[in-house]
Amino acid sequence: MTSVVSVRDLRKSYGNFTALDGVSFDIEAGETFALLGPNGAGKSTTIEILEGYRDRTSGEASVLGVDPGKGGLDWKAQLGIVLQSTGESGNITVREQLTHFAGFYPNARDVDEVIAAVGLEAKQKAMIRKLSGGQRRRVDVALGIIGRPELLFLDEPTTGFDPEARRQFWELIRSLKAEGTTILLTTHYLDEAAQLGDRAGIIAGGRLIDIGRIDEIGGADARVPLVRWLENGQLREERTTTPGALVARLGEPEGLEVIRPSLEDIYLTLVGGYEAGEVSTSSTGEGSTTVTTEGAAL
Amino acid sequence: MTTIDIPRLPAGRTLRLGVSRIGYEVKTYFRQGDSVFFTFLFPLVMLTIFSVAFSEQSFGPPGEEISAAAFYLPGMLAAGLLLSGLQNMAIDIANEKSDGTLKRFAGTPLPVVSYFIGKIGQVLVTGLMQAALLLLVAGLVFRVELPTEPEKWFTFAWVFVLGVSTSAVLGIALSGLPRSGKSATAVIIPIALVLQFISGVYLGFSQLPEWLQNIASVFPLKWMAQGMREVFLPASFEVLEQGESWNLPGVAIVCAIWLVVGLIVTRFTFRWIRKDS
Repeated sequence: MTSVVSVRDLRKSYGNFTALDGVSFDIEAGETFALLGPNGAGKSTTIEILEGYRDRTSGEASVLGVDPGKGGLDWKAQLGIVLQSTGESGNITVREQLTHFAGFYPNARDVDEVIAAVGLEAKQKAMIRKLSGGQRRRVDVALGIIGRPELLFLDEPTTGFDPEARRQFWELIRSLKAEGTTILLTTHYLDEAAQLGDRAGIIAGGRLIDIGRIDEIGGADARVPLVRWLENGQLREERTTTPGALVARLGEPEGLEVIRPSLEDIYLTLVGGYEAGEVSTSSTGEGSTTVTTEGAAL
Repeated sequence: MTTIDIPRLPAGRTLRLGVSRIGYEVKTYFRQGDSVFFTFLFPLVMLTIFSVAFSEQSFGPPGEEISAAAFYLPGMLAAGLLLSGLQNMAIDIANEKSDGTLKRFAGTPLPVVSYFIGKIGQVLVTGLMQAALLLLVAGLVFRVELPTEPEKWFTFAWVFVLGVSTSAVLGIALSGLPRSGKSATAVIIPIALVLQFISGVYLGFSQLPEWLQNIASVFPLKWMAQGMREVFLPASFEVLEQGESWNLPGVAIVCAIWLVVGLIVTRFTFRWIRKDS
């Protein structure tokens, strides 16, 4: 296996403020890695260092085998970048913009194919400045993939998408994965990370507090199902590895729910635990019975 | 870790992409209503206003009188060089810095040189169209007698090319001055306006006090306007110039110095993005 991205003890400080405090991870070829964390945790700082937009204070970083602080045009031709903020609101149509950018790359994708993939066929002759926020975001995504990148950076790509556009975007990312594109994704939509990611890293306060496969992150304890029911009008809940047995014992109580913690529940437990000072580094969140968010009821 | 093979980009793409950028830049320029008015049509509007306002007056020594349109034409051509170059570039690039355009380019394999070929190309194309339009309207509408001697047009050609290049490069150098795209017009337009007033564009240069003429002589616009006056005004106006001479070598030298200054400043200050800003 080849590491497309390799980061060791990455640190970044602005004056006295430490934005990144020793982050390490690898992304293998063809993998989709989701970097999750609250606002200001250091996700964008990490991704922008890897894109070559920011200098690191210390530590090692390698992107496609190149130090991202020193990447040249050859290196950039292999990258696709979707920045967090939508770019210019140009006096240029979707099609003109994509055709123009396609010319920058040696092995660009077909413009029609990309327009179709992001679902902008009907808007291809519209000026970008006249598009809605979500449509402009799709142009950003289209510009990110037009050059047929080996490595695609997606920094909160689906902000402003309606549900249908998000599903369509997921299909697009799956097709890119099938072509072998390596993807680094940050998102606030945990279902998106669960849908698309192979592995995830959770970053909080500039540190990686957990990393692992999507279905393993947080550890086994965090995934223990929760049974919730009403007893004499009182909410009761219990974590158990054998929810079926518990439900059988309870019979037919009111408001019965069996909740398997979603990635979002696990994430919130981890980040909440970190912020409360309970989690220092790379440990699993304690399975407490205070998980209160709406999990996916089975 | 195995090394990853990154293919080399083909040679010669810098120029090809530069040409592609020129097309893109010119197209977007004319789609921007305010730049078309304040940069492209502005000298024409001013020429029209002066020609109409002073239509009863004549300029120049007795027997050699010329119309207001003829008197103001060289100044408006010089103003066009300043607006299409300096003002347009400085505001355009400051906006592209702040709206994320340059950050986007920084993440693509677009060479910086191609970007600048596009910018300078846009200035050359739009500046040329602007000058052609001014000459056309001056000749056909205001009946200004345009020179017929080839050497006059040769002077026009080099003053135009040198002036517009200097102006464009200085605009690129100045684009780092505004703190944001929003303040770009507020910072740049006064600079351009003051230069136009002291350099003999709106006010006859010979009417200005000598100390102001000397200040204006430091900057290139005065020299561009002087070069244009040599081309379009009768020879009898030469005595009104500083040193009673058109001083074309001076025009070439001062513009060339500013061109080099602009190139050096641009070389050392231009970045796609300010890292860590």
